[in-house]
Amino acid sequence: MNNKIVATADEAVADIPDGAAIAVGGFGDIGVPMPLIDALVRHGAKNLTIIANNAGTGDRGLALLFKHGLIRRLYASFPAQRGADHFRRAFEAGEVELELVPQGTLAERLRAASAGLGGFYTPTGVGTVMAEGKEVREIDGRTYVFERALRPDVALVKAHIGDRFGNVRYRLASRNFNPVMAMAARLSIAQVERVVPLGSMDPDDVHTAGVWVDRVVAVGGGR
Amino acid sequence: MARAGWTPEDMAARVAADIPDGACVNLGIGLPTLVASFIPTDREVLFHSENGIIGMGRRPRPGEEDADLVDAGKAPVTLITGAAIVHHADSFALIRGGRLDVTVLGAMQVSARGDLANWRIGDNPLASMGGAMDLCAGARQVFAMMYHVDKDGRPKILRRCTYALTAPACVRRIYTDLAIIDVTPAGLEVRELAPGFTLADVQALTEPPLHLAAPLQIV
Repeated sequence: MNNKIVATADEAVADIPDGAAIAVGGFGDIGVPMPLIDALVRHGAKNLTIIANNAGTGDRGLALLFKHGLIRRLYASFPAQRGADHFRRAFEAGEVELELVPQGTLAERLRAASAGLGGFYTPTGVGTVMAEGKEVREIDGRTYVFERALRPDVALVKAHIGDRFGNVRYRLASRNFNPVMAMAARLSIAQVERVVPLGSMDPDDVHTAGVWVDRVVAVGGGR
Repeated sequence: MARAGWTPEDMAARVAADIPDGACVNLGIGLPTLVASFIPTDREVLFHSENGIIGMGRRPRPGEEDADLVDAGKAPVTLITGAAIVHHADSFALIRGGRLDVTVLGAMQVSARGDLANWRIGDNPLASMGGAMDLCAGARQVFAMMYHVDKDGRPKILRRCTYALTAPACVRRIYTDLAIIDVTPAGLEVRELAPGFTLADVQALTEPPLHLAAPLQIV
């Protein structure tokens, strides 16, 4: 039987090893799988590489992973936003290496990985520090820089509803990075507000098909 | 400076006047967000937010906020009727793929040839560009909206930017509190001056040479 439902968030993240590269959905605090991150903190895997747009603010979400010293390396487009104090401290203490990636390039590096590509040429960053040390080439009169695909070991994803096949739907702007991360990772774990019966989502309305989602855990409503 | 130039609202109204009916537009954080309130009522403009919103609306009234709807600055927003949501890779495909007609961005520095610097002061290792580099590389037109000088009174329009670039030669037009200036192959052309300011006044606060576009609008 094809049943991807897992009972708890703790069970869903229990086999994530030290040193894993984990993509975490969200934009600011919107679409961030907070309960899965809480479970990851309890699980305690260390030396993690995190791929996310931001670095968490306040005392929740990704900020907790920095607070507990679990992150070694971060790929992000906008990590040092106001309130990102745990990240800031970890970075200034030299505990975390930061690779800054323009936001669209971050999304596309994940998308390229999901599509089995090695990378792509983008106009973003040409003529800036982001192109330093990278291959630059002209195509049809325009200059592009080569960016490599970014393949996470694990994706932690926030969706709205899901079924036992792993089909999920997102809600409004909480979709953001979640679909490309779910598709890019070797192991994708989706938290949903509630699990729905197979067939209750119209096939045309599935946002990420279950073939890209390995585990689904219901965490209830709220954020 | 004793004299005051345009207010942020005046600036926003001038930017808005240059956005055509039917345009798809991305407004940066800060001053540019004001532009949305000044689009002439006979125009239908589609606001894009980098986090996947196509058809962003006004700020919600108290009690109307939806936890899953924010703009690029993470502030609550609403959707217009007819809005659509896409994921992040598609949102940036929209930007780079030629569907974004205009982006209006704040600026720390703009050079004579339209280089934009708006993400990092000096060598700050924690500065972040977010989606600004993609917007500059992808939008069909980049407008810079900023105060003419920094808070110490130094020019922000320079021969060459001293801060790290967001993108080279991308700015088409600069809207400041003192003037509206086009970046052209022939140099910086002043299209409009704030009331009470002469070309010489504005030139004194601008590093590269300015010249008047004809016909100049005197307001």
